[in-house]
Amino acid sequence: MTALVDETLAHGHAEHGHEELSFLRKYVFSQDHKVIGLQYGFTSLTFLLFGFSLMMMMRWQLAYPGQPIPWLGRILGETNAPGGIMAPEFYNQLGAMHGTIMVFLGIVPLAVGAFGNYVVPLQIGAPDMAFPKLNMASYWVYFLGGVTMLASFFVPGGAAQSGWTSYPPLSDIAPTGQTVWLFGMLFLIFSSLLGATNFITTIVQLRAPGMTWMRLPFFVWAQLVTSFLLLLAFPALQAAAVLQGMDRLAGTSFFLPSGLSVTGQLLPNSGGGSPLLWQHLFWFLAHPEVYVLILPAFGIVAEVIANNTRKPLWGYRSMVYATVFLGFMSFVVWAHHMFMTGMGTAMSTFFQTTTMIISIPSVIILTALFISLWGASIRFTTPMLFALAFLPMFGIGGLTGLPLGLAPTDIHLHDTYYVIGHFHYVVAPGTIFAMFAGIYYWFPKITGRKMSDFLGRLHFWPSFLFINGVFLPMFIQGMAGVSRRLYDGGYDYSHAQAVLHWNPFMSISAWLLGLAQIPFLINLFWSIKKGAKVGNNPWEATTLEWAAAPSPPLAHGNFPAIPTVVRGPYDYSVPGAPADFTPQHHDLVET
Amino acid sequence: MEIPYTVEPRPDTGLFNAKLGIWLFLASEVMLFGALFSSYILLRTGAPAWPHGRDEGLNVPLATLNTLILISSSVTMVMAWASVKLGDLKKFRLYMGLTFLCGLGFMVIKGIEYAHKFETHHYPSTNTFLAIYFTLTGLHGLHVLGGMIVNGYFWGPGAKLYGRDPERFANRIEVAGLYWHFVDLVWIFLFPTLYLL
Amino acid sequence: MDHTDAAAIRRQTKIYVAVFAALMVLTVVTVTVSYLHLSTALAIAVALLIASIKGSLVAAYFMHLIDERKAIYAILILTVAFFVVLMFVPSFGNFDQRILR
Repeated sequence: MTALVDETLAHGHAEHGHEELSFLRKYVFSQDHKVIGLQYGFTSLTFLLFGFSLMMMMRWQLAYPGQPIPWLGRILGETNAPGGIMAPEFYNQLGAMHGTIMVFLGIVPLAVGAFGNYVVPLQIGAPDMAFPKLNMASYWVYFLGGVTMLASFFVPGGAAQSGWTSYPPLSDIAPTGQTVWLFGMLFLIFSSLLGATNFITTIVQLRAPGMTWMRLPFFVWAQLVTSFLLLLAFPALQAAAVLQGMDRLAGTSFFLPSGLSVTGQLLPNSGGGSPLLWQHLFWFLAHPEVYVLILPAFGIVAEVIANNTRKPLWGYRSMVYATVFLGFMSFVVWAHHMFMTGMGTAMSTFFQTTTMIISIPSVIILTALFISLWGASIRFTTPMLFALAFLPMFGIGGLTGLPLGLAPTDIHLHDTYYVIGHFHYVVAPGTIFAMFAGIYYWFPKITGRKMSDFLGRLHFWPSFLFINGVFLPMFIQGMAGVSRRLYDGGYDYSHAQAVLHWNPFMSISAWLLGLAQIPFLINLFWSIKKGAKVGNNPWEATTLEWAAAPSPPLAHGNFPAIPTVVRGPYDYSVPGAPADFTPQHHDLVET
Repeated sequence: MEIPYTVEPRPDTGLFNAKLGIWLFLASEVMLFGALFSSYILLRTGAPAWPHGRDEGLNVPLATLNTLILISSSVTMVMAWASVKLGDLKKFRLYMGLTFLCGLGFMVIKGIEYAHKFETHHYPSTNTFLAIYFTLTGLHGLHVLGGMIVNGYFWGPGAKLYGRDPERFANRIEVAGLYWHFVDLVWIFLFPTLYLL
Repeated sequence: MDHTDAAAIRRQTKIYVAVFAALMVLTVVTVTVSYLHLSTALAIAVALLIASIKGSLVAAYFMHLIDERKAIYAILILTVAFFVVLMFVPSFGNFDQRILR
């Protein structure tokens, strides 16, 4: 890590009068947004790998229910895997923690904490984030939350096992790991709130001279709206977590109805609570949360497409308005996750309507990105491959969401594998592909070196193939009625028999997908030290992080001088211009 | 490179960074207490019967006193800020000290209230009303505590900044004040909801 | 509004004291009204009205909202909109009681 930080903080010879910081202040408790961005990046990628590994374990049980797990079966111990065979309780732990880790410890910190932190100040022409100490604090609180979540595997009874959605009454009476999950969530939410405050203030206050709102790179707009979603939606889950904590620790009955009995015994709690209250509070956050997962991805894909088509984004203004509208609408659709809870037609109609309306801005953004390819001089760089793949993959994810957003069809699809297929398409070949695009794209800015194109392609093509192999059959299984969260993948159900054979197919695809990440890992670490050295703007991009800052950016203040912006973010192929790209700012003496 | 607009406001927004930051944070706090209020309403409207605060052992006179104490602390807080703007460090120390003491008084009375309830076997687990009462007032109390720590710091070691950069110090006091007033504002709604209705 | 003018600060100080007095009075009023045994609906309406007035005074004068910048107003209006949405959750919550058909 320190080697990476050293490579990425260019200490120009003009740095006088700065006392050398201690090791701790430079690499551990840094207040530099670039270092913090890298900390977020490495931590979140590690969690993504870990969460993926949990799922690879689950997929063994799904493919070969009741069979001892090779190699791992012995390590997992007799509680989790008696005789090497995965226990149902452990399967549930893997399921709940896979979701939690991927969403809260993986994607959000990577998309917002890593990419947002590193790129946003550079793209707006700022020397750092508005609140550097707060930035440092938000990383370490995230780290603490992550450690807490991991620790939950080792408490008696194991980790949280009531789904990442933690529905009561089950979660109220679940073993201790659920309480640890609640504390972990409180840390993670607090970290996000601090981060969101920082991002919004930075984008509003620290834009360089001339950087008007409509000259902002679309990536920055995406991060701005994302931060508002985090700021205003997360507190609802904080409140819910506090209430569930009170239920579990203080004996309250916020979510426990009267007269509840568990294994024949009436619970001693006072009752009078509402399990639905949890669902409302949870989804009030969790719906905006899914837009938190996708908006930074849209942002990255937009940047990579503009750069690799050598033409301006089509419909920039529409994309901006669509994103803002999307953010607003995301707060009034949440109960489409609750169509099966017995709501009346008035409420159902309201949420179906808002849900259909919210699909419009997504379509606008996707369409604009597609149209941006028309008449373009496409450069099939590695980031562009991932960005291009994102488009149809997100398209499938989005389209498969429509029957879920309409109650009559949702009746058949709710809680089936169809849902799992839908949201994974959006998040996995959707967001995660966009994240890869971002890593390949901005790696030269961070390190001054390029990643290997050969290894990049070796990473991309198998990943693209196998990720579809994992998730496409889920729609088939879901439409056949196979429920989600079944620890044997439907083995015991007659209606699942006809589609059971997809389980081994998906599992093998998942394991091959895992193998396909090896070229990426090799590429990432090898290229830090041995990648081909590049100039400051190897992609010939127009935005400030490429055109106005060296690669890597200056350790203190990013830019030799704060640039003044005179044009929009995507002035590619301007007729009469000396090059096929015109940077956003006045020409500075290039370093 | 220095971060711009930490002290002087940015011309087009008219704000210094921390002021925008604290209002954003307060917006999230509105949603936090809002979610809890919403839960209160849902539980109350869904309950076959809902007790009056007085019937569950809530002490209205004591809570009224607490309300007056917290309102007073809001006044002393804004007077503390005004004193810094007027360049009077002594007055600042006086008013900030009073603010801290009011906060302390609030917590002490809260402690007495809680202790009495536990003695008379009124716990969060007793019924839903007490559950939401303890949760709302407990969370609010934690926020008061947080504010007291910040205010105490600025009364004590933090006041050194006044000598080095009085304008920056004034901004910090204003930001701390905004947080403190918000805590008062939440109580202004909590008090009638839990004690009087 | 420029707060740095000393005379302006002194003028504001007078306002702070006036608001303080108003808040004290309103507190006494709201407690007194609670002893009047109004119907539940009316009691809630009156209590929330008085609380809103008190809260507005704190926000407007102690928190200087009355002459704050557009950016702050925008954030608060957005927050209030979503706060209102949150307040609708209870009406969605009690299906079995048929509060909202």
